[in-house]
Amino acid sequence: MTYIAKPKFHHPGLKKNDLGYTHRDYEGKISTLCAGCGHDSITASIIEACYELSIEPHRVAKISGIGCSSKTPDYFLGNSHGFNSVHGRMPSVLTGANLANRDLIYLGVSGDGDSASIGFGQFAHSIRRGVNMTYIVENNGVYGLTKGQFSATADRGSKSKKGVMNTDNAIDLVAIALQLGASFVARSFSGDKTQLVPLIAAAIRHKGASFIDVISPCIAFNNHAGSTKSFDYVREHNDAVNRLDVLTGRDPITVDYAPGTVQVVEQHDGTRLALRKIDADYDASDRLAAMTFLQKHAAKGQVVTGLLYVDPDAEDLHTHLDTVETPLNTLEAEDLCPGSAALEKINASLR
Amino acid sequence: MPDQSPISSVNDFVVRFANVNGSGSASANELFARSILRHGVPVSPRNIFPSNIQGLPTWYEVRVTEAGHLGARGGVDMMVAMNPQTWDKDVASIEPGGYLFYDSTKPMPSSKFRSDITVIGVPLTAITNSTYTDPRQRQLFKNIIYLGALCALLDMDPKLIEQLIGEQYKGKEKLLSSNVHALHLGRDWALQNLKCPIGLQVKKADKVGDRIFIEGNSAAALGAVYGGATVCAWYPITPSSSVAEAFTSHCKKLRHDPKTGKAKYAIVQGEDELASIGIVIGASWNGARAFTATSGPGISLMTEFIGLSYFAEIPAVIMNIQRAGPSTGMPTRTQQCDIIACAYASHGDTKHVLLFPEDPAEAFEFAAQSFDLADRLQTMIFLMLDLDIGMNNRLCRPLKWDDARQYDRGKVMTAAMLDEPGRDFGRYLDVDGDGIPYRTYPGTHPTKGSFFTRGTSRDRYARYSEEGAVYADNMQRLVRKFETAQDMVPRPLQANAAKPTKYGVIYFGSTSPAMDEAIGLLEARGHQLDRMRIRAFPFHSSVASFIADHDFVYVVEQNRDAQLRQLIVNENGIDPVRLVPILHYDGTPITARFIANAIGDHQDHLKVTPLRKAVS
Repeated sequence: MTYIAKPKFHHPGLKKNDLGYTHRDYEGKISTLCAGCGHDSITASIIEACYELSIEPHRVAKISGIGCSSKTPDYFLGNSHGFNSVHGRMPSVLTGANLANRDLIYLGVSGDGDSASIGFGQFAHSIRRGVNMTYIVENNGVYGLTKGQFSATADRGSKSKKGVMNTDNAIDLVAIALQLGASFVARSFSGDKTQLVPLIAAAIRHKGASFIDVISPCIAFNNHAGSTKSFDYVREHNDAVNRLDVLTGRDPITVDYAPGTVQVVEQHDGTRLALRKIDADYDASDRLAAMTFLQKHAAKGQVVTGLLYVDPDAEDLHTHLDTVETPLNTLEAEDLCPGSAALEKINASLR
Repeated sequence: MPDQSPISSVNDFVVRFANVNGSGSASANELFARSILRHGVPVSPRNIFPSNIQGLPTWYEVRVTEAGHLGARGGVDMMVAMNPQTWDKDVASIEPGGYLFYDSTKPMPSSKFRSDITVIGVPLTAITNSTYTDPRQRQLFKNIIYLGALCALLDMDPKLIEQLIGEQYKGKEKLLSSNVHALHLGRDWALQNLKCPIGLQVKKADKVGDRIFIEGNSAAALGAVYGGATVCAWYPITPSSSVAEAFTSHCKKLRHDPKTGKAKYAIVQGEDELASIGIVIGASWNGARAFTATSGPGISLMTEFIGLSYFAEIPAVIMNIQRAGPSTGMPTRTQQCDIIACAYASHGDTKHVLLFPEDPAEAFEFAAQSFDLADRLQTMIFLMLDLDIGMNNRLCRPLKWDDARQYDRGKVMTAAMLDEPGRDFGRYLDVDGDGIPYRTYPGTHPTKGSFFTRGTSRDRYARYSEEGAVYADNMQRLVRKFETAQDMVPRPLQANAAKPTKYGVIYFGSTSPAMDEAIGLLEARGHQLDRMRIRAFPFHSSVASFIADHDFVYVVEQNRDAQLRQLIVNENGIDPVRLVPILHYDGTPITARFIANAIGDHQDHLKVTPLRKAVS
C-alpha cells in the first residue's frame, strides 16, 4: 500500500481497447512490495485482463483482507473503490457489497494466511453461497509481513528460509473450492502470465463463485531450495491441463490449436471459454474428475494449473435469494417503506 | 379454610404459570394473557425460561393491571403449579392470602401446602386421560383445560377466549373445535366442582384503548423494514434471533416487487457473528442500509469489525438484545449489561452511538431512526434492547409512520456533485466543521470520487499515512463527529416531581415501566424525585445539567457494575459520589417494588437523626 501515485502522462500512441481506455487507465499506485514479488505479476495480469475485457474500471469493487496480497488492490484499477478490510474477512465484506449492488464486478484478493487460516471459514462460506465474484488467492505459503512463518498452504516437508521443516499437512484451497461447489475453479502460477490473464478474464465474466489459486512465490521468505512455493519448484513441477482463450461477443473460434483440441464452453453472458487441451483426457466440466485428477497429481508432487472446473450454468447468491434486478442500494423510500396504511393494518392485527 | 384472608382483587393481580419446558404450555398461557386484554384490561406478561429445549422449568407470568403498570410487580397472587420439580419454590413464592392451582389427580400430603393460601385442585390428568388417548393430545389439551378452569375461577367471559381460539385456528376447523371443547371441559368441571369465582377476578373494562400487543424484537425488525434496511446478516443467538426471523417474516409480506414477485431485500444467516457484521459493513460501504441482530457474546466477536466501522467511518446498525453475561452467563435471562462494551467497543480509542428504547413502540421508532443516524454520522449505531423488551409481548402505543418522511442518506457525493467546478472531494475532509465527511458509493464516477477504504491510518484524502499529526488530526475529527451526534440522537426525557425536590433519578430502557410505577410508590412513602430517562449515548448536555441541579441522583440500572453511571461519570467528569447506584442484576426484570424499596430505604436513611450521637 502506498501513497505514491504513478505519473499521469503517457505515450499518445498507447493501444486502446473497445472503450478507448489504455493500460494506464487500469493501473493503480506504485507497488511497495519487494522487487520481484510474484504478487506484482498477478497485479499486472489483473490489469491486462480488465483491459482486454474492456471493463469500465470504476465498475469494479476490489476488496481484500490484510497482508502482502491484500495490499495489491491499491496497485491496480486506480479509479475503482477499494476496501482493505480485516485479516481473513474479505469474503464477508465482499458478500455484503455484492448484496448491496449486484451490478458491479467484485474482485476479492486474498492471501494464503488470509484465506487458509484466519479466514478459512469465510472463504468456505462465500464459495458455498455462490457469491458472484472473482476470488484470487495470491498463494506463497508463507506469512511475509510478519517475516517468514509457515502458512496453512505450506506443504508438509517444505522448508522455511530459516531451515525449519513444516510438519503440518497443507490445505489445498483448490480442492476445498471444488468440494464446496465453486462453479469456476482454477490454479495458476504468477510466473505464467499467458495462462493467468485469460483465467482471470474468464473468472470475471463467470456468473457465480470463481476461485483462482495463484502460486506466487515470496521473494523474501519463500524462494529457496526446499520450498515448494518457489519459482524454480513450481516451474519444474507445473502440469498445465489446458490453456484458455476468452471470447466475448464474437463468433466462436473453430480453429484448432496445436497440440491439442479446443473445447468451447459457452457461459450465460455469451462469453465463450476456449480450452486448448494440453492434457488429452482432461474434462473441465466434471467436478468429480477434477477432484480426482488434482489429488492424483498432488500425490506425484505436481502442481496442476489451468481451468480445473467450470459450470457454465452456475447461479449466484442473488439468484438463490431471488432479489430484484435493481441494485438494492438504489432503492428509495417509495420502493422500501410500506407506509402508514400498511402499518395501521399491522397495528390492527396486534390488538 | 386458609388462616389468612384470601386476596380479593379485581383486575389487579399476578398469575404465574409454572410449567415444564417443551410441554406446549406457551400458547395456552399466552392465550390467557390475550383473553384478559380482550376484556379491556391491560396485562404485562413475562416469559421466564431456561436455556433448554425440553424438560427444565419454565414460568410465564401475567400481571393483570387495570392501572396499566407494565413493569414486573414482584410476588405471585395465584400460582398455576404444573411442574412437580419446582413445586416447593413455586408454593413458597405465593403472596400470603394467595391461591395455588394444581393438578389434583394424585393426592398430595398436606405438608406440601401452606396454611395461609387457598388451594384449588383440579384433576387435570384424570380429565384429559378420560377424554384423549393420544399422548401428545393429552399434553396439549391439558393446558387448555386448565385455561378453561381459570376462566371459571376468575370469572372470565369464555366467548372472548373462544374468539381468540377462532382467530388462532382460522381455517383449521378441527383444531378450532377441539380446543374450544377442551376449554369447556375445564370450565364446566370448575363450575360444577369448585366455588367460582374466587377473590381474584377479571371484569370487563375499557383500559386498553388502541394500544397494541407486540414483542420488542418484532417491533424493532419492523422498524428496520420501515427504516429502509435491505440487507440483514445474522447468526442465531438468544435473545436476538427473533429479530432476524421477524425481519424475514415482515419482508416476505411487505417487500416483494408486486410485478416480478422478487425480493427487495437480502437476508443471510452468516456462518458466525464475524461474517454477519462483515456482510453488514460490506453492504453499508456499498450504499445499502444493513443491520445485524445479536447479543453480548456476539458483540464480543464483532468488536474488530466494529473498530473498523468506527475508524473507516462505515455506517451500520447493530441491534443488541442484551442478556445476562458475561461469557455465557444466563443466556435466557435479562440484563442491561453491555453498555460499556458497546459504548467503547473494539481496541484503541472508540466511542459509539447507543440508543435505548423503553418499549416496542420506541424500539420501532429508534430502529427506523438508527438507519438515518448511521448514514448521517457514517458510523455504527447500537440499538440497545434487552430480553425483557425483546422477547416479551408488551402493551404499547400503536406504531406510527409519517408518509412524508424521506430517508436521510447523509453526506453522499453524487457524480453530478463531483463534476461541479471547484468541488474538492476528500473522503475524510471535514468540509462543514461537524466532523462528518462526504462519501461516495463505489461505481459513482469513471474518474472522480474513488477512494481506498482501510483500517490503517490515512490522510484527509484517504491516502495511507503513518504521520503522527495526520493520525491525530483524524482522531480529533472523530471526536468532533461524536460531539455532533449529541444533537442528532433522541434527547433525554425529563419529568419533575409534584413538589420541589433536591433528588433526582436517572434510568433507561426496559426499566421505564417499573420506574413509572415506583415513582408513585415512593410518593406514597413521602419521597419526591425528579426523573430523567436517558434515550441515547452520547449524552445530551441536559444530563449534566440535571445532575448539577440536584444534590444527588439515583441511577437505576440492571447490571452489577453500574455501567451507565460509569459512562456518565467518565463522559461528563461528574463526581461519582453524586450518583447513587440502584442495581438489579439477578436476571429477572427489575420491579417497581425493588426500585421503591431501594430508593425509599436510602431516602429514609437520609432523614434519620444519628441516634448514637444523641444517646452518647
